[in-house]
Amino acid sequence: MNAAKPHIAFDVDSIRKDFPILQRTINGQPLVYFDNAATSQKPTQVINCIVEFYENYNANIHRGVHSLSQEATDLYEKARQKIQKHFNAADAHEIIFTSGTTHSINLVAHGFENSLTEEDEVLVSALEHHSNIVPWQMLCEKTGAQLKVIPMTPEGELDLEHYSELLSENTKLVFVNHVSNALGTINPIEKIIKQAHQVGAAVLIDGAQACPHLIPDVQKLNADFYVASAHKMCGPTGVGMLYGKTEWLKKLPPYQGGGEMISEVTFEKTTYADLPHKFEAGTPNVCGGIAFGKAIDYLNAIGLEAIAAYEDELLNYATEKLLEISGLKIYGTSKNKTAVISFNVEGIHPYDIGTLLDKMGIAVRTGHHCAQPIMDFYKIPGTVRASFSFYNTKAEIDALVQGVNKAKMMLS
Amino acid sequence: MKTVTINDIQNDIVEEFEMFDDWMQRYEYMIELGKSLPLIKPEFKTDDNLIKGCQSKVWLHADLVNDKVVFTADSDAIITKGIIAILIRAFSNQTPQHIIEAKTDFIDAIGLKEHLSPTRANGLVSMIKQLKIYAIAFQTQLSK
Repeated sequence: MNAAKPHIAFDVDSIRKDFPILQRTINGQPLVYFDNAATSQKPTQVINCIVEFYENYNANIHRGVHSLSQEATDLYEKARQKIQKHFNAADAHEIIFTSGTTHSINLVAHGFENSLTEEDEVLVSALEHHSNIVPWQMLCEKTGAQLKVIPMTPEGELDLEHYSELLSENTKLVFVNHVSNALGTINPIEKIIKQAHQVGAAVLIDGAQACPHLIPDVQKLNADFYVASAHKMCGPTGVGMLYGKTEWLKKLPPYQGGGEMISEVTFEKTTYADLPHKFEAGTPNVCGGIAFGKAIDYLNAIGLEAIAAYEDELLNYATEKLLEISGLKIYGTSKNKTAVISFNVEGIHPYDIGTLLDKMGIAVRTGHHCAQPIMDFYKIPGTVRASFSFYNTKAEIDALVQGVNKAKMMLS
Repeated sequence: MKTVTINDIQNDIVEEFEMFDDWMQRYEYMIELGKSLPLIKPEFKTDDNLIKGCQSKVWLHADLVNDKVVFTADSDAIITKGIIAILIRAFSNQTPQHIIEAKTDFIDAIGLKEHLSPTRANGLVSMIKQLKIYAIAFQTQLSK
């Protein structure tokens, strides 16, 4: 049975009790946290998991004969299995623990350094975060491969027709985010992956912004690589994952050398450990990995479908209310988007609005959101970005609308 | 006639800001002060004169007039314009030496302390640094 139906009334009041930080005041006002696309807040369940690990289970993993080390190892590997199950990976060894999305992307980029040539082409979407642009630029500089850009439309969607034209037998790699961090657009990655595979290219999907809102089935998507960060999914910072198909992970060389990633070491030659340890040199973020698993449990207990339905409701409500403000323009108007609203008010710098909202206790992001190419496309210096999560309320959106109106009054 | 020192001006600014009881009034006043900012000439509004470390753009230029530094500036954000206007009011028309020696704790006293953090994206710290760099450059020029 699939628990697809959202709660009849999503019990946001009881959910909010799980997040101690939501009780805080900022500048004397109750905190309204709308910077969820930057990082999510953490529920007590995850916070307690971290405390409990250090109080009861802390030991280094995979190497001690003693019981405590074994217990810690079991917890860590159980977390890996939880993540495997959540993303529906075929095997637990296809889940590599990393320090986060950026680390995962760099690991894969490094892996292709010796296999790309000057004839090869690498496609990256115009909607990417800098962390999914720069590592590929570096890779292309090293290998001489060409970096080509899949353009975007004014609605903030990818131009798929142009994408088809860019694909050729020279295309070796394609990088697209599942959801755009600056605009919230959900990209049709299943289609993108299918087309890339038809020319024999591998695809990496940056799922950092998607995973807090939906469950990617990596086998159904047929992604070669899928990467995400725990901290955007109610988990701790400094831990994330790389999913890679076994065949790819076997082909790629290790990223860093060190303990744990070896099978045998002599000064003449080292043989590497099997997956996933080949990519996990050194002592990992043990506690972070375990807490990542706990965060996934937390999200699943509420149900990501229920979360998505409630966030959609918030998105629609906020879109409607914000658009009532004259001169307000929303960037990224795809019908298929997560609860992110990037906007500007005519004649006002986003920084000014962000500063005044902060004085009212409302946390938003302002600036280019590490996606300068998108800002260049719209010819703007940046936007104000309000990103909603399932613990936000319509009353908080009312406070935002009121805040923007107040700021507008002060600034015009 | 008694010369008006940087300290005198800073005290004036602090007194003016003390009249307000809440942040809204303080910010409204700052926005108002931004309107009196001595604007930089268009030809100096170049990338070279941009202050790095600001989320909004801030252009700053300085001339040495009768051995005193005269600052002009502009910004594309209104609050930033207010901040730079306050700084220029305190530092402009002073000798390079006085600018180099000047303290900046009045920023704290007018309730803008949060803007002083070096990690804050508005670049107030970078603005002060740039004002002082101009003063140092002119001081070197004068001592030759």
